[in-house]
Parts: sequence; structure tokens; C-alpha cells
Amino acid sequence: MTELLVATKKGLCVLEGDPGAPFALKARAFAGEPVEYALRCPRSGRLVASVTSAFHGPKIWYADDATGEWEQASGVALPEGGDAALQRIWVIVAGETDGLLYAGGDPGVLFESRDGGTTWELNRALWDHPSRTDWQPGGGGLCLHSIVPWPGQPDRLAVAISAAGVWLTDDGAKTWRRGNAGLVGRYLPEEDQADSDTLCVHSLQRAPLQPERIFMQFHGGVYRSDDAGETWTEIGSGLPSDFGFPIAVDPTDPDSAFVIPLNADMDRVTSEGRMRVYETRDAGASWSARDAGLPERDAYLTVLRQAFCRTDDGSPVELYFGATSGDVFGSGDGGESWCQVADRLPPVHSVTAIR
Amino acid sequence: MATVRVREPLRKLAGGRSDHEIDGSTVVAVLGEFERMHPALSGWVLDERGHIRRHINVFVNAERGREDTTVGPADRIDILPAISGG
Repeated sequence: MTELLVATKKGLCVLEGDPGAPFALKARAFAGEPVEYALRCPRSGRLVASVTSAFHGPKIWYADDATGEWEQASGVALPEGGDAALQRIWVIVAGETDGLLYAGGDPGVLFESRDGGTTWELNRALWDHPSRTDWQPGGGGLCLHSIVPWPGQPDRLAVAISAAGVWLTDDGAKTWRRGNAGLVGRYLPEEDQADSDTLCVHSLQRAPLQPERIFMQFHGGVYRSDDAGETWTEIGSGLPSDFGFPIAVDPTDPDSAFVIPLNADMDRVTSEGRMRVYETRDAGASWSARDAGLPERDAYLTVLRQAFCRTDDGSPVELYFGATSGDVFGSGDGGESWCQVADRLPPVHSVTAIR
Repeated sequence: MATVRVREPLRKLAGGRSDHEIDGSTVVAVLGEFERMHPALSGWVLDERGHIRRHINVFVNAERGREDTTVGPADRIDILPAISGG
């Protein structure tokens, strides 16, 4: 049995089922509210969700049971009296020690919790970074959307901000440095592309069995790093489009990555009216469409950056993604075949899975 | 003291009461004191900058109020969600 947490524009939907068949809707929480992201913590089993009320601002909530009472977490705010306000929490990620969670948000902020999500603290080193005044937001805001811990090494972390690039720490987030060598922003004037730090990373995923390897979906380009994010190599050749938002990896295969190509930044829908996931099993040297069971025509879907996920354990890996159309698809065999898991949900912001 | 009147979900966070007597000479001062008196409300009406959130409307004696609108002891401040969304 697999549990999906589908965060939507109008609430959190909790689905349960087995791969290869539609899932059952077991619970809906935060009715009417935009839920950005939801996670069931792998160690504690606690549910943690980020909700951005149009009226009351972004909050993080936690519960043991989605149908029960959700408690508001404390500390999810910027320093009072400044000239910035927290806009949104984009992602929540479990760290490498019990109770450690990270949350990333707009404007380019990282929060840490050491009690499983009850209380949070702003990471001041990133907040106070002297280059912050030069950071440029992407179309979705100055969002810190990707947080990739290093298995077994809680002091090592990579995060990505749109459009302030990749940031690395080796000392438990006390200091941060950029990790952008090799990234090329084709949306910049040619003379600026080589050395600009205005880098619109869309998603990062680390290969757990080879942690120095990280895959990236960029704003035009798919990249791989084999040195923990210090340098990047373009690997998007062979895709119908190298534009897209999410990226996923098979945790049992460090040479694997999955992307969902969209036409282009000016046409953010699946190309040729076909819903296709592309897979590499050779670290980006080649790509193959994985579309058995997915819509083959008249399908112009948009899959947002947090809306593609995989299970963390076991083989074969299960993959799930949701679209702004409210459709959710899943694969129980590592992308070989797909099945519609749910439809007619509100626009999907994110999907996470645990089995 | 001005009277601050709230509905759900703010009422629950403010101890389950709709009406609250709060000190302050301007709307934003009253709302700041209101959040301080009820820590569970912190950040629900004002953001970290101390501004009224974009989609919150404030009425003083049934007229639209601004952050710097002056208020007196006989005034009533209603905090309401704006007509917005999608």
C-alpha cells in the first residue's frame, strides 16, 4: 500500500492504493486553502504541510492523522521589523538526524526544525549572506525550492534558489558557497551567460547511493554534477525539450534520472500533446520515453516542480506525478508502465509518496 | 479602548471571543497589540514588516480603514477577509 500526499490549490488530498490501479481518496484537509507541499516524515510518521492562506499568509502545520487536528508550527517567519515578509514555503525535506527537517521558501529562505516540525528557526547564514541584495527572483518568486541532504552526513547540504542558483554547505549550514560552475542561463545576454549568478534552477535531486552525484532540471537545460554540486555538465541532449520543472531519481540506481519535458519557457505544456516521462539509465548519455499508459494525444498538461516524486525505498521504484489539470499518474515499475491514479482533483502543486 | 471584532478562524485563535477591547491610537497599533495579546494570532493579520496583510480588510465603524487611520475608545474595528481568491 502506498500513500500519496497530493497538495493542491484547494486543499491536501491523501490518497491510498497500490500501483497499477486508481487510488482511493482517504482524506482531505485544509479545504479551500492553497497547500504547497506535504510530507510524511519517514522517521516519525508525522505529517507536515505548508499552507499559504491568501488572507493570513504562509504557515506550516503538523498532525499525526490527516483527518485529525492540525497544529500550527511556530517560528515560520522572517525577522520582525524588516523590509521583507515570508511569501510561501515551497518544500519540506527530512534531514539526516531524528527530528531534523528543512523548509525552503520565498524570499530565498531556509528554515530548520530539530523537533520534527513543531518549532522552526530561520537559517541566518543564508538570510544574512552578503550577496542576497543581488539575488533575482524567477517568475514564481525568489523561491528556495530544492533541499538535498547528504545521506549519513547531516552537515552537508545543497539547496537551490530560483534564480539565485545552487548553494552548498559542509558545516551544518553555518556557511554557504555557490555551486554554479558550468550552468548557462540561455535567457541572459550572451556576454553575461558565462559568469552570471542569476541562475534559474528548477529542481535538484541527489543520487542516494552516489551522493556526490546530483541531477538538475534547469530553466532550459538538464545537468548532472559528479562533485556534489561544485561543477555541472549539460546532459539534456536527446530530449524533445530540455525545459521542464521537476526531476526524479531512482534511489537504487545512481545513473538514473526522470524528467517531464515541457515545450519551452514560453509554452509550458507537454510537447506534441503527449504526456511523456523521459528516463536515463546512463547518467544522461541517452534518454528514452516512458509513456506506456499515459495520454497519447490532446494532452497539454503542466507538471509543476514539486509535483513529481518517487518512493524512497524498495525496488522497483514507484513514481508519481500530478498536473495542474488535477490528474495524477503513477508507475509501480520504475516508469515502464503508468496508470491514472486520480483525476478531477484541484490543480496539483506537489506530490509525495511513502509505502 | 477600541473594540476589535473578528470572525473565524481568527476568533478561535483569539480565545473564542468575537469582541476584544484593545489599546491603540491607530489601526495598525491596535492590530499589533491585538496580536501581542493573543500570540496564536501572530502573523495572521500583520506580516513581519508590521503591515496589514494584502487580502485582509479593516473597517473602522463600517468604513474602510487604513493602517494610519486614527481610532478612539468608541470605535469598532472589524477584521474581515477581502473578496478575493480564485
